[in-house]
Amino acid sequence: MTDTTTDSQGVRPHAGIPLEHPDAETAHATERAVFGFWIFLMSDLVVFALLLATYAVLLKGNSSAPGPAEVIELAYAFPETLLLLTSTLTLTFATVALREDRARGVYGWTFLSLALGAGFLALEGAEFAGLINKGHVPQVNGFLSGYWLAIGTHGLHVAIGVVWGLILIAQFWIYGFCPAIRSRLVRFSLYWHMLDVVWIAIFTVIYLPGSLVS
Amino acid sequence: MLGRLSWDASPFYGVIPAIAASVVVLAAIGTIVLLTVMRRWRWLWSEWLTSLDHKKIGIMYVVLAAIMLARAFIEAGLMRTQQALGAGAGDVGPVGAEHFAQLFSTHGTIMIFFVLMPFMTGLINFAMPLQIGARDMTFPWMNSIALMLTIGGAGLVMASLVIGKFSTGGWTGYPNFTGAEVNPGVGPDYWIWALTLGGAGSTLTGINIVATIWKERTTGLDHLMWMPLFCWTSLCTALLMIFAFPALTVATVMLWLDRTFGFHFFTQGDGGNMMQYVNLFWMWGHPEVYILILPAFGVYSEVIGTFSSKKLFGYTSLVWATMAIAVLSFTVWLHHFFTMGASANVNAIFGIATMVIAVPTGVKVYDWLLTMRHGRLRFDVPMLYAVGFIVTFVVGGVTGVLMAIPPFDYVVHNSTFLVAHFHNMVIPGSLFGMMAGATFWFPKAFGFRLDETWGRRGFWFWIVGFYLAFMPLYVLGLFGMSRRMATYLHPEWQPWLIAAWAGAGLVGCGLICQAIMLYVSIRDRERLRDITGDAWDGRTLEWLAPSPPPEWNFGARPVVTGRDEFGERKLNDEAYPVPDRTAYRDIEIPANAATAPLIGIFAFLLAFAAIWWMWWLVWISAGAIFLLVLWRSMRFDLHRQVSAETLYQADMAHRRTILAHANGDIGSGAPMRHARGTEGYLAKERREREGQA
Amino acid sequence: MPPRRTVAALAAIGLPGLAEAAGALSPNGPVAEAQLGILLTALGLMAIVVLPVWLLAAVFVLRYRSTAGQTYRPEEDFDLKVDLVIWAVPALIVIAIGTIVWTRTHQLDPYAQIAPGDSLRIEAVALDWKWLFIYPDLGIATVNELALPAGTNAEIALTSDTVINSLIVPGLAGQIMAMAGMRTELNVVADAPALMWGRNTQYSGEGFADQEFRVPVTTPEDFAAWAETARRERPLDRAAYCNLATEGATSEPRRYSAPEGGLFKAIMMQYMDQDRGRLCSDD
Repeated sequence: MTDTTTDSQGVRPHAGIPLEHPDAETAHATERAVFGFWIFLMSDLVVFALLLATYAVLLKGNSSAPGPAEVIELAYAFPETLLLLTSTLTLTFATVALREDRARGVYGWTFLSLALGAGFLALEGAEFAGLINKGHVPQVNGFLSGYWLAIGTHGLHVAIGVVWGLILIAQFWIYGFCPAIRSRLVRFSLYWHMLDVVWIAIFTVIYLPGSLVS
Repeated sequence: MLGRLSWDASPFYGVIPAIAASVVVLAAIGTIVLLTVMRRWRWLWSEWLTSLDHKKIGIMYVVLAAIMLARAFIEAGLMRTQQALGAGAGDVGPVGAEHFAQLFSTHGTIMIFFVLMPFMTGLINFAMPLQIGARDMTFPWMNSIALMLTIGGAGLVMASLVIGKFSTGGWTGYPNFTGAEVNPGVGPDYWIWALTLGGAGSTLTGINIVATIWKERTTGLDHLMWMPLFCWTSLCTALLMIFAFPALTVATVMLWLDRTFGFHFFTQGDGGNMMQYVNLFWMWGHPEVYILILPAFGVYSEVIGTFSSKKLFGYTSLVWATMAIAVLSFTVWLHHFFTMGASANVNAIFGIATMVIAVPTGVKVYDWLLTMRHGRLRFDVPMLYAVGFIVTFVVGGVTGVLMAIPPFDYVVHNSTFLVAHFHNMVIPGSLFGMMAGATFWFPKAFGFRLDETWGRRGFWFWIVGFYLAFMPLYVLGLFGMSRRMATYLHPEWQPWLIAAWAGAGLVGCGLICQAIMLYVSIRDRERLRDITGDAWDGRTLEWLAPSPPPEWNFGARPVVTGRDEFGERKLNDEAYPVPDRTAYRDIEIPANAATAPLIGIFAFLLAFAAIWWMWWLVWISAGAIFLLVLWRSMRFDLHRQVSAETLYQADMAHRRTILAHANGDIGSGAPMRHARGTEGYLAKERREREGQA
Repeated sequence: MPPRRTVAALAAIGLPGLAEAAGALSPNGPVAEAQLGILLTALGLMAIVVLPVWLLAAVFVLRYRSTAGQTYRPEEDFDLKVDLVIWAVPALIVIAIGTIVWTRTHQLDPYAQIAPGDSLRIEAVALDWKWLFIYPDLGIATVNELALPAGTNAEIALTSDTVINSLIVPGLAGQIMAMAGMRTELNVVADAPALMWGRNTQYSGEGFADQEFRVPVTTPEDFAAWAETARRERPLDRAAYCNLATEGATSEPRRYSAPEGGLFKAIMMQYMDQDRGRLCSDD
């Protein structure tokens, strides 16, 4: 029994942390890591808030074509939304499976979530390719710069998430369900859910008003 | 292959730049030779660079700050010299217009990002975990990465002296001046990437500090209001870092996309909006002022309490005032650009919001003064800085309120009045606090105090030099002198600028005194030895540990029962009890990590390559960072075990040292000359011995 | 004591430069006069907080130094009455100054006309590293010279055909920023004839330090005569403007007649309207 903290004895794992009968030290380590990650996510959310605010400012100042009417269409955004929202649900199933120590459930649900995320990225890639074909690249005007950066940053986050998730699955495979990697899955799921929240904000600020004008 | 890097990037476009570049190169070569000759490479690598010990990381931050302060001061001296000689039109004076612009840009960038930020991060890193009875920061590896990113950013600014030129856009880097159309060179890119690396490091540090204060407090400190005030100010600073730095990152990344890939965030025309940059920049920039100043407020609170030998007056008020300042700092950014033509309503509201901050700040000043009342004041160097701060800082406060009145700001915005004002805030407000903190905790870090005589000389040169250098700038600002002018058409300004130049000279003498202080202190370290670990009759937990503290800080983590825990223990003769063997457990401490400095090196390369458009190197560096993180994620033996017996024996040894010191067997007694509590402790020991005899 | 006399008293002490180049300290117009008044009033109010700080610091440092043997109360750490006072007094002072902020910011809004009567319209364009002043009603334009008739409200519209600039005339009014694609405004009234100066305060590149212009304030009669001489100069057509905009720093004042109609708006619109080309690149 080691003791890096005197108060770890009294700590119970947070209700949202899927650890099966953890010892006090593991529970404390996980809780610290998750707490730190929460703070990081808040910082990251500020980034997205500012990207959207800048988008709004640039949209307001835009005086030339292409504007939202030419660029924004729900044909991609709607299925993208469905994929991402579903993936957040399936990842929740993965964490439930982790709590209940069902290995196949963890692998299956995590992998399905990543596949849905990859599907989202494929659709987004197709949307971007279409924009490039029409010449709607970010170099055209401020509105397009803001549009590409806000959505691109979110897409980059999803891409990083997919890579991260694949690494996690591999690490589960290699090292088994050890506390350190369980803790990583908890943080990964927080990250993934946050990307959902951000997407909803993007959909509300960029796609919905944009589709109304077109 | 080399992107846009060519022989044109060599620094031989002027005498001063060539000399500066030679100094940097020679200093680098000198350091390498010295380390090789003294066979210190292994020591540097395994004792310092790869260490995850929060104390060593803190010390490295402060060393970085000291090196960068030397450079930034030389630049300030050059600017003062240029302005003292710059009466006339065109190219009068030793420094050309473009070089002058590089000087004010690097000076500001370095002082904020690579002197004050690492200085205060270093002090928090060193002292805060000790004060809350923790063994380390919550995320030691991330702590080391943050340090390495900061060093990488500073490295970029140094590299710009040798390869290419730095930005001429000032430390604020407003577009469209820094846009690709007006400034196509690498200068603004150096600036962008130095800030981005430093900013990423600061965000990680902020997360780490908050997690540490929230999760690592020792038993008893669940009473937050028993925390030392420095911990409160660290917490508020860290929260500001977490929420403010994203704005800077977003602004600089957008500017970089504009410059490098032709985006239109802040361009003139094509739907860009440069005012959005100004908004984003100051959404970070104003909280940044408090990020720099709050930790210094914490240091002053510790110093004034300790050297008044008294409890801090109005602790609760000080805590609430700190939090009020932190929250309000997000509501006032617009006062940096009242002159941008916003409506009177907007300007007035932001002006009043700005003044509201003066209220909690005023409360703090009075609480510090009232702590001194009915105290026993000892004027050691940290206390000199604290008193100098109180007296000087209010001048900056007054001019700050003046500038918060929009119609008056119209007069002095962009003038040397503004330059004087913010130097008046950050020199006494932040830099003096950092110096006080460094002097205060130096014996804790190294086991011996800094030489008093040279420390005092340093202080007096600094404070007199400060007044002489900056009071004339207030006056010149009212005369209508703009900031950032290399020359001027008004010869009647010259006497004031010569006075300011003399002030800079005095500050330079102060720096020299401090360098001598360091040398003398190391030479006379036996005379200055801090045997007990309690060099100043301290009141908080860090003085309980030996100096320097062991890697694990405390053999058994102390239990806190009130504010000023250690001071109270000394009063009750309970400061150095016989260690209880059953209280010791085996512990784990973080093992060294080579991944952190390697990530720092690749981050530097990535940024350097992005500046010079060497895209292959960007991808290689990014890939290397990814692999290093992946590799680390597959290591599970990240800790070293320390046995309970080791901890116990170390504490016993420390206690024997204190007993020997109490008996007069070792030491000159000098380090304990103030130790009020220790006297009681000594008496008790003597009684016990007599009782036994 | 009225602000001007306070400053005169200081000048009499012999502080260098105060008499010659007092800028904000020797106002020649109602705006600058009011700004100086704000400075002195706010300083006076803040003295209520600041002077005690200095006094207490001096007293406590002398009285409670460890060798002085004065009362020592190490446990003294709170006093409700004291706490209330140190929160309330700064708060009251901030309320007082805040009131000044609210009223004065509106009174001295740079967009608001100061003196009654017809305004003289002036359009200022920031260039590298000089200012172009267009007098659309008089059919003249100048570079590096902002001539003003005393006692008349001048309504200066600002924009930039280069990086951000900021226009100030110390002792008269300002400053306000000039930005490409945007229009800001500054109202000015000068009281008495005098030769003043103004400048750009926002760093704009190598010619920045010398980017000053003269501000001759004359009687309305002299001003009319001056305008008449300007009307005899060469006209400011598109080509002349484009030469001017690209030639860099010029320190000497210059005058032009017949500025091209709508030039100011055209300069502004080249950055506002994305479909429009740049003014000087298409020919």
